[in-house]
Amino acid sequence: MSSEPVIEVKELVKSFRRQMLKSDYTTWKTLLLKPFSRRRREDYVTVLNGLSFQVPAGRTLAVIGQNGSGKSTLLKILAGIYKPDAGEVLVRGRVASLIELGAGFHPEFTGRENVYLNGAILGLSKKEIAERFEYIHSFSGLGEYIDAPVRTYSSGMYVRLGFSVAVNVDPDVLLVDEVLAVGDEAFAHKCEDKLNQFRASGKTICLVTHDMGAVEKYADDVIWLDGGRIAAQGEAKRVIDAYRQKVARDEDQIRRREGKQEKAEKLEQKRWGDGEATITDVRVLDAQGRERAVFETGEALTVEMDYQLKEPLDDLVFGIGINNAHGVVCYGTNTHIDRVELGQAPLKGTVSVFMERLDLVQGTYTLDVAAHAKDGRAYDYITQVTSFAVRSSVGDTGVFRPPHHWRLTAREDSP
Amino acid sequence: MIQNRTSVIWRHLEELYRHRSLIAALTGREMKGRYRGSILGFFWTFLNPLLLLLVYALVFSVYFRVKMENYAVFMFTGLLPWIFFSQSLNEGAGAISDGGSLVTKVLFPQQVLPAVKVAANFANYLLSLPILIGFLWYSGIPLTIYALAFVPVALVHIVFTYALVLLLAAANVFMRDTRQILANILTLWFFLCPVLYPLKQVPPAFRFLVKLNPAAAFTLAYHDIFFWCRWPDWRMLGLLALLSLVMLVVAIKIFEHYKEYFAEKI
Repeated sequence: MSSEPVIEVKELVKSFRRQMLKSDYTTWKTLLLKPFSRRRREDYVTVLNGLSFQVPAGRTLAVIGQNGSGKSTLLKILAGIYKPDAGEVLVRGRVASLIELGAGFHPEFTGRENVYLNGAILGLSKKEIAERFEYIHSFSGLGEYIDAPVRTYSSGMYVRLGFSVAVNVDPDVLLVDEVLAVGDEAFAHKCEDKLNQFRASGKTICLVTHDMGAVEKYADDVIWLDGGRIAAQGEAKRVIDAYRQKVARDEDQIRRREGKQEKAEKLEQKRWGDGEATITDVRVLDAQGRERAVFETGEALTVEMDYQLKEPLDDLVFGIGINNAHGVVCYGTNTHIDRVELGQAPLKGTVSVFMERLDLVQGTYTLDVAAHAKDGRAYDYITQVTSFAVRSSVGDTGVFRPPHHWRLTAREDSP
Repeated sequence: MIQNRTSVIWRHLEELYRHRSLIAALTGREMKGRYRGSILGFFWTFLNPLLLLLVYALVFSVYFRVKMENYAVFMFTGLLPWIFFSQSLNEGAGAISDGGSLVTKVLFPQQVLPAVKVAANFANYLLSLPILIGFLWYSGIPLTIYALAFVPVALVHIVFTYALVLLLAAANVFMRDTRQILANILTLWFFLCPVLYPLKQVPPAFRFLVKLNPAAAFTLAYHDIFFWCRWPDWRMLGLLALLSLVMLVVAIKIFEHYKEYFAEKI
């Protein structure tokens, strides 16, 4: 195998004209009326801004990033569908792109006819398709439906047939855009096998996906695109972690923005109590005291409650509860259980509960807060006052995540 | 520079040739797809011109009583190639802009799509020829040696049509009203071609309208070889061939220049 990289990208720039916003399409009329209207600079959106990378032969590259980060544009440029505005793109060898499955399928034609048509579109000769037809047919698992018109197919069958043709093009370079999750589970396994087979036979693969599991499974290298630039690049695990943290931060911001609006309403709903004490605000904070809505598992978390009393109370108890998305109470406690003496609480104050480690598994959690009497009579009880998410790069399951480690030792059985 | 120009044109044509099986497959899809699911199916390909012939014969020979021997078959001779030409332009103009995922998601030479429209309509024309020949024979006009001229005439006609289709297909990507304008131009153009009337009917003062109209020259040539049973005007055909080639070169240059923006524009 040659040492030359199969995919070479240097200083790639691609921008699109921002046209869909204003007048729809240019027409002869506008052309005749305003022949000299200049295209202004701000009419362009730069989608890819100076990318450079290489993919050596036989490696699998995954491109990750949020929607609109330029992943699919990059793939289309690699496929040759778009031309770069600046920079160089070089792809050596026969390219097959799994960007669109079943392109050119005609609904009135049978699956068999469409296999030939689609194969021709993907660059196979009639003879090549005929040779592979039996294999394509069995791979698709369509059975006798192969001779039914494609319009009668379910969407799963349609995609399966498209995938079966596409992977049989026998390329040197395979470009895949979010199509791994097609069909039912059995078919997904077949696709996985096929992809592994490609990898094993030394083909170069470029993969665009949001499925981090797939990235970890297949990718040798990962490129994380953010706003048209490479935000991070390199070994899968490291880049994915960096990406996840960024996503968590963004998500956190959005959740907090939404949360602020919701909280005002929530303070009124699903709430009961005689009003001797009222909780006026609830905040979820991280170790640095900043408000957050997304936490990594194992991070510190603080819940702060502002309260007001009508008159001094001597049996005041504050409590919190954390519920997961299924409504299971993951943890609940209060100052009475924890034997915290509040003494004569001031009429206005803030009570905080500090958790050094939040050992919950990944998921979304809601928070209940309460101020009540020692005998359980509610002064102010608010359920689901706010929510926060826990992110984890570990795929463990259950409710909580006790700090743990594993060990294996040999055992000598004494005779 | 010149080297570069010729290589663009050469590559364009070479890609068409290399993808001939794809063109054949897509042409088949185009033709079969048109009538798939209808009861008469592929027979529509024959029935359409036949019905058209009957209607025209009724209107012009019976109602209008045009005083010309074998008028209906005369008109039919010119009408069939006109249908090939105008339908190719009409459908070809939308070939790229209606190409959908074939343009935006898959990579193959885009000129295949307009070429398919021309191919499909030409195949339809060929399939309707037996009806024409049968009708000519019924009217007492035999098929003569002159019909061999059909091959060069049709070839030039295809090149001429393909060049126009390339231009229209590219233009319609950027200016979506091209098709609407085209539809109106085609109607006008039809009446300027001597399809419904023989050249003799045109007053000499207006003959230049016919002489300067390349589409009319094709109509006259088809009349010559099928209806009048004589060789077409070779000098005219030579000029047409020259014109068509020049148009093809220009059209390919323009098409290839704008090709890279097609996927983004649709």
